[in-house]
Amino acid sequence: MNKRLMTVFVLLLALAAPLAMAAANLEINTPAITSLTASMQARYNQLSPYYASGAIGLTRDGLVAVHDANTVPLKDRQVVNALVAAENNDRNALYKEIAIANGHPEWEAEIRSTFAQRWVQKAQGGWWYQGAGGWAKK
Amino acid sequence: MKNWVWLLPATLILPACVTINIYFPAAAAEKAADKIIDEVWQIKPGEQQPAEKPAETK
Repeated sequence: MNKRLMTVFVLLLALAAPLAMAAANLEINTPAITSLTASMQARYNQLSPYYASGAIGLTRDGLVAVHDANTVPLKDRQVVNALVAAENNDRNALYKEIAIANGHPEWEAEIRSTFAQRWVQKAQGGWWYQGAGGWAKK
Repeated sequence: MKNWVWLLPATLILPACVTINIYFPAAAAEKAADKIIDEVWQIKPGEQQPAEKPAETK
């Protein structure tokens, strides 16, 4: 009897440990996610002055958008638009890839909204973001 | 015989699996998001939110 209880206990531990681990972290170390992150990191050098000037801002759906095109010289506006489009492609792909990497494609929307909050949280002072009531300056 | 002993872990573990797999792990997602954002924006650990540069006095 005691031996059997012991077996049950060990079995419980063995099963519970990996479950607890799985719950504590999301898988983000896949080649797709790593390459998207690297691509966005490389683009950040170009985007950074536009975040700071308010030309672009963070949206509520975890993307970026042109906020004030007037701060950008006419000749650079196409460049900014292209950067925004490329950044959004990467971000959309990133949210999707994280959901897929964790075996739950249906998590994409929740991952997106988590990111949307964290981008704003980690944004530098002076950057623009979309809050509940529209654009706001951090 | 004493087969009921196996029912206990089974009733505990099975719902746990289902719970973990169905509900969105919000805390874990936040952690993952922070890690990726720090990487993209090159935020070093310790300087959580770089404050706005103080206005230049000149």
